[in-house]
Amino acid sequence: MTWFKKDEEQKEKREEPKPSDHLWVKCNSCNEIIYRKVIERNLQVCPKCNYHFQIPAQRRIDCVADPGTFIEYDVNLISTDPLEFKDSKRYPSRVKESQEKTGHKDAVICGEARIEGQPAMIGIFEFNFMGGSLGSVVGEKITRLIERAIEKKSGVIIFCASGGARMQEGILSLMQMAKTSAALAKLHEARIPYISVLTDPTTGGVSASIAMLGDVIIAEPKAMIGFAGPRVIKETIRAELPEGFQRAEYLLDHGMVDLIVERKDLRHTLASLLEMLKLES
Amino acid sequence: MVKHYLEFEKPLVEMEREIENLKRFSRGNPLYFREQLKSLEEKLHRLQKEIFSNLTGWQITQLARHIDRPKASHYVQWMCEGFVELHGDRNYGDDPAILGGMARFNGRPVTIIAHQKGADAKEMAYRNFGMPHPEGYRKALRLMKLAELFKKPVLTMIDTPGAFPGVGAEERGQAEAIARNLRMMVVLRTPIITVVIGEGGSGGALAIGVGDRILMLEHSIYSVISPEGCAAILWKDGEKGKEVAAESLKLTAADLSRLGVIDEIVKEPLGGAHRDAEGMARILKEVVERHLKELEKMDEEELLSLRYEKFRRMGTFIDDGGT
Repeated sequence: MTWFKKDEEQKEKREEPKPSDHLWVKCNSCNEIIYRKVIERNLQVCPKCNYHFQIPAQRRIDCVADPGTFIEYDVNLISTDPLEFKDSKRYPSRVKESQEKTGHKDAVICGEARIEGQPAMIGIFEFNFMGGSLGSVVGEKITRLIERAIEKKSGVIIFCASGGARMQEGILSLMQMAKTSAALAKLHEARIPYISVLTDPTTGGVSASIAMLGDVIIAEPKAMIGFAGPRVIKETIRAELPEGFQRAEYLLDHGMVDLIVERKDLRHTLASLLEMLKLES
Repeated sequence: MVKHYLEFEKPLVEMEREIENLKRFSRGNPLYFREQLKSLEEKLHRLQKEIFSNLTGWQITQLARHIDRPKASHYVQWMCEGFVELHGDRNYGDDPAILGGMARFNGRPVTIIAHQKGADAKEMAYRNFGMPHPEGYRKALRLMKLAELFKKPVLTMIDTPGAFPGVGAEERGQAEAIARNLRMMVVLRTPIITVVIGEGGSGGALAIGVGDRILMLEHSIYSVISPEGCAAILWKDGEKGKEVAAESLKLTAADLSRLGVIDEIVKEPLGGAHRDAEGMARILKEVVERHLKELEKMDEEELLSLRYEKFRRMGTFIDDGGT
């Protein structure tokens, strides 16, 4: 029974690495522990279950934009502390920490690029920046992006990854939902296509504004998408949640997203949709 | 006499009882107690003023949620005539958490859309405590389109803990329903006045709150998250931290006015709207009429561009230059 023994040995070996180890990553979906480099080489996608990991904004640009075409806008918009928010840590120091961690000034990166030759205005949420939360800077940058798109008559793509509102900016954060939706209303009237790409996770205030207003809504496989958090729902209804609840596939089943696209196919899908949707001039 | 009272209202209620007793006692001999009664009433007034001019964020939150606080249906009854309730989203169902319909406001027809929390236990359960499902927001949108079609102004009243967090609500697109309302309200070609009458709970409130005018009753709140929810996230303890959170979130009418989010604070009768519900409706009616008159003077283009600018301006940031 040597092979049996060997199998057990292997199992032990597999369980050895800890997810906190920088070399190894635990998959959020299948719990498999995978060598980080393998995932990185695979566009941050789990090779076992096809779960699409969060991806830094810069890598997202590399994944979809034609090389060297991305021009970033509004790099120097910085948040203030309008509420002088009381917390264990001050809001400005939380912002500073995130800036150091990500190398970005706030939670969204906006700019223009070409995708298989198609010009597009692109916004990318950086989840590692305070959970991709929607503060005044994010709202302003997205609004400016959309206004530029109207000016240049070029389609808009926003990659969402956000826990929702930025609590530290209170009501002003909530109002960013109205502000960005207002800009999207103008875009809609100008008949310029807007594609939203919902990545893991897209929840709360971002889901109930930017994310769900796409003319076409694309989701990445297994992405968590919803308005209320699963824990809150569970506590409210005091019952187990259905299997796969609030995952991209579940939303597709319920008619809430247009399609699920794997990361490796995203560039082509976006380019062809942009081309087919735009008004003939 | 009030039915329910909050901890900080207790000294007021006790003094009111004293006055009541004295009145009863003095029925045979009113002159004898007149001086005493007068001084007690003055004392009560002073105490009321003192308590209500120093309310904390948490106390205002409690007032905004006060069980006796007038609900949307009260204002419809006391500010409007001939209300005809309209139901259903023509899609899935009717959501009792949203009250909607047509009524006359100072003679002119208006469309009413409001969260309805419910006045007693039975109605609260029926109204789901004012927490809408997607069909509630879609009913609201349908009525707004109706108002636009027939050129009637819209009056919305906000009073909700938030959109309902449930399985069905998520499956039927809570996020989509809210998002769509935001986008459509910005370009709705008719005047919209929004009044926060009690609790303005996050996206579930905003979904009927994109107006040309946003008014708040003095002791109402409007916040991105409840103090309990905020405390649960930041301090892992919703109960302990809620009072700090209520301060930190800056959720009172005075705060929102300072932050440039609302247009006007509507004064409440001393002791809060629940102490004089009819008086509150009278005050609000006057304020709404004034704003409505202003909006009715504008043409559609001006109205829409001012509305866009209003929300375009929201937020604070530093622009350090560069494209």
